[in-house]
Amino acid sequence: MEQRCETLIIGGSAGSLDVLLKVLPDLKADLAFAIILVLHRKSGRDNMLTELLRSKTGLRVKELEEKEQIKATNIYIVPPNYHLLIENNRTFSLDVSEKVSFSRPSIDVTFESAAEVFREALVCLLLSGSNSDGTDGSRKVKANGGRVFVQNPISAGSPFMPQNAKEHGNIDAVLNIEEIAEFINHL
Amino acid sequence: MKSARSDEFVDIVLADVLEVYGYDFTGYSRASLKRRIVRLYEMDKFVSFAEYRYRIRTDSNYFKRFLEEITINVTEMFRDPDFYRDLRTEILPKLGTYPFIRIWVAGCSTGEEAYSVAIILKELNLLHKSLIYATDINSAVLETASKAIISLNKLKLYTENYIDAGGTADFSDYYTASYSLGKLKDELKSKIIFSTHNLVTDNSFNEFQLILCRNVLIYFDRPLQNQVFELFDGSLEKFGYLALGTKETLDFSLVSNNYERTGAGKIWRKIQ
Ligand SMILES: C[S@@+](CC[C@H](N)C(=O)[O-])C[C@H]1O[C@@H](n2cnc3c(N)ncnc32)[C@H](O)[C@@H]1O
Repeated sequence: MEQRCETLIIGGSAGSLDVLLKVLPDLKADLAFAIILVLHRKSGRDNMLTELLRSKTGLRVKELEEKEQIKATNIYIVPPNYHLLIENNRTFSLDVSEKVSFSRPSIDVTFESAAEVFREALVCLLLSGSNSDGTDGSRKVKANGGRVFVQNPISAGSPFMPQNAKEHGNIDAVLNIEEIAEFINHL
Repeated sequence: MKSARSDEFVDIVLADVLEVYGYDFTGYSRASLKRRIVRLYEMDKFVSFAEYRYRIRTDSNYFKRFLEEITINVTEMFRDPDFYRDLRTEILPKLGTYPFIRIWVAGCSTGEEAYSVAIILKELNLLHKSLIYATDINSAVLETASKAIISLNKLKLYTENYIDAGGTADFSDYYTASYSLGKLKDELKSKIIFSTHNLVTDNSFNEFQLILCRNVLIYFDRPLQNQVFELFDGSLEKFGYLALGTKETLDFSLVSNNYERTGAGKIWRKIQ
């Protein structure tokens, strides 16, 4: 049975930006779901990331605001130094509580919160990174009926994160970089 | 806890807490509360929700722990240095023309924000005529705040923040170090009053020229945010300033027409 996708959450750390820059230009302009990017960043004060990603796609890219309503075809970036949680009414909640796996935003926190809201309609994708973030979250997503994919660790600048999820988490499949855009377009 | 049922559990716990202890968390953003409540359940290894609920209802010491765990107290000195730079260069010099400056730090947690403001006031030579009211719902954090102690492993971050915020002295002038702790200078504390105050249920208690309430309102839903903005509006003098966290805004509030956004960050000025 085909599962409908309501939201795609992409988690990434070291080495993930390169992947996004390759994937974004090939996404179709009328995606029927929202994309949320949970990215670990070194420092937060810049708008550079938003600008950079915006230059690669016709889709609307924006740093998300607290209590904003999630809308399809938008690409949302989590602001640095906040965790992102999802409310049942499909709005964003920000949270400044302790870092999780040395990270804020933490991919685990958002995967877990989104898993309980979107359930079967959630798709998560974990990209390159050198930390274990995302592995625990992947299990929660699967336990709630959602789907989890990881970038092929062999193709990742920092393979640890997708590799760890593959070994210790719960995932559906591994994707090569060239397959990712196509995969997203057909969700 | 099974996720499908945890939403229901949260509702029950919040109703209990309101009924038994009078704390009203029903207007808080659910996702964050739920995460904290489930986390505490797992941390304290309860075997059933009924047991958890019973403990919260009947053991007031445990309720203290509950309160500490579900209110998020993470803070730091000179958090968001750009904000403190704006305070230093734009806002506080204007308030410096007043004979006396009253500041309210609402949701002050363990005090780092209040001490940071005190340091800037001192460097602007305004501390002697200022008074900072620093309040929080959680009395445990206020106890910590009044000890004026910072752990030395945070010093590197605080020193960097202080410099980025335009600090003109040496951050090490403000504390004395012993073992793994730093004690902030008494002079800073002498102008701060720490006290409990619940933004949800307590009233206005003074008129201020500056109110800081940062990273507290993100935990409140829109109706509760509105209620608190009205409380602030009633506690702020004309031409006073309201400062919010980097991701918070006055834009959607019913009192926003009384305010003008200043050029500096998330700071609004009351104009009527
Ligand atoms: C994340 S901390 C923010 C600390 C500091 N303002 C900062 O920005 O670094 C949030 C604080 O708000 C307090 N708080 C939560 N609900 C409150 C309420 N109803 N009334 C007063 N304080 C509250 C919490 O206890 C906590 O200390």
